[in-house]
Amino acid sequence: MQFALLVYESPEALSTRNNDETDPYIGAWRAYYKALVEAGIYVGGDPLEVPETGTTVRLKEGKRRVQDGPFADTKEQLGGFIILELPSLDAALDWAARCPAASAGAVEVRPLAPESKRRITG
Amino acid sequence: MSRSGQESTHRTIERMARESYGRLVAYLSSHTRDVASAEDALSNGLVAALTTWPRDGVPQNPEAWLLTTARHSFIDLVRHQQVAVASEPTLLLLRDEPKEATLSAEFPDERLKLLFVCTHPAIDPAIHTPLMLQTVLGLDAVRIAHAFLVSPTTMGQRLVRAKTKIRDGGIQFEVPQEHELPQRLDAVLEAIYAAFGIGWDDMAGVDQRGRELAEEAIWLARVLLQLMQREAEVRGLLALMLHCEARRGARRGPDGRYIPLSEQDSQRWSLPLIKEAERHLAEASSRGRWGRFQLEAAIQSVHAERARSGRTEWVAIMLFYEQLIRISPTLGTRTGYAAAVAEAKGPEAGLAVLDGIDMDSVSGYQPYWAVRAHLLQRLGKKSEAMDAFDRAIGVAEDPAVRQFLLQRRG
Repeated sequence: MQFALLVYESPEALSTRNNDETDPYIGAWRAYYKALVEAGIYVGGDPLEVPETGTTVRLKEGKRRVQDGPFADTKEQLGGFIILELPSLDAALDWAARCPAASAGAVEVRPLAPESKRRITG
Repeated sequence: MSRSGQESTHRTIERMARESYGRLVAYLSSHTRDVASAEDALSNGLVAALTTWPRDGVPQNPEAWLLTTARHSFIDLVRHQQVAVASEPTLLLLRDEPKEATLSAEFPDERLKLLFVCTHPAIDPAIHTPLMLQTVLGLDAVRIAHAFLVSPTTMGQRLVRAKTKIRDGGIQFEVPQEHELPQRLDAVLEAIYAAFGIGWDDMAGVDQRGRELAEEAIWLARVLLQLMQREAEVRGLLALMLHCEARRGARRGPDGRYIPLSEQDSQRWSLPLIKEAERHLAEASSRGRWGRFQLEAAIQSVHAERARSGRTEWVAIMLFYEQLIRISPTLGTRTGYAAAVAEAKGPEAGLAVLDGIDMDSVSGYQPYWAVRAHLLQRLGKKSEAMDAFDRAIGVAEDPAVRQFLLQRRG
């Protein structure tokens, strides 16, 4: 079963993006990534550029609306995602708790929806 | 009623809820095995107390009042359940119930049976501890869910399922027979220890799970000891937890920094708790039946000795671990043994012990990697040490421990 770990990060955590590997937050992420790979559960994932680089598009009553920045204006922003292959939600929560962002933001765990994907991709 | 009077009434109710909860649930459910209804009835009783007592004053025997009210509610509840109304145990309960007049006297303490029911072999071991915390201490599912890292809805469902199994699965409210007692008691002790959280003092090897329930675990062990004064392992478990609890204040620096056992200021350990632990351990060992928890407590006792002597007798710790491995060769025990061997005989000997552990079992086990990293570092094997540190950091949950390991790695 595959789960997405949606990584929400505080502005402080996001501000470390361009630091080198001596930054403790970056160091923690490197070790976490290594642990995921060693455990054989890592499927994929990526960090996202900082929220300010986002552009949000929607169509309202046939008119285009384009907005600078992310969809929701909250303190913690989506900073990246990780896809893991795991037997259960319990196991996914274990790994989410170990994620460095869990103490510097929040990590949402969501199962992937392969059935919905199948309906779309045919 | 005056404001202070109301406050004291609320305090009485809170204390009652804590001290009498398990006794009342155990008593009400022991006939019918219907734990969920007993809990609901008791909640109704507590709500009634909250509305009546501040107005009319606290009754002379609050526990008996609560029992009477809860019992009435309990009978109503089971009457409303069409299936249960015809069930024989319920009818028996209605018939056998003591008269109001005798209620003010003692009613039997059935908590021991309840503890054995919660850890019955027919119940999923993963739910033993949550079940105990809820039925004996009255903890709500949300708090238990947080501690066990499960969603509150899921924890609620698991608890309901377990209680249904107790009611419908023919699990008896009884203290096990002599021949099965040791094994069944082990399950009770394990469940209490799981609430305490494991590996508190390993070298930066901390398992966060359940740690926030340490006080509840100690409370449970005290209840169990009241009910089984003669069981050495019950005292062993209590001694172990008290020793670990004694160091709570010394585990963190003023800035929240993690401090491993070897670097803790022993003057910050709680002397009264250490003394109490020693008393229980001495009483337990006088019975001449050593067990896992007494051995673990003995190891902690050697550590505690540092407060007096200023040094740690690693050889003694190593020998206790050797005994412990014979009866409980868990990953935690073997890692602890390796750390002790390293202190007693040098890092190479400790590393050899670690090398003997099956690699498949250690991948997510942080204490193993923390000890390994530490020993490799002492041997000057820099890059291997870095790798091991990374493995420990990658599976660390506690940010303070992660920070500590990051600093050690350098």
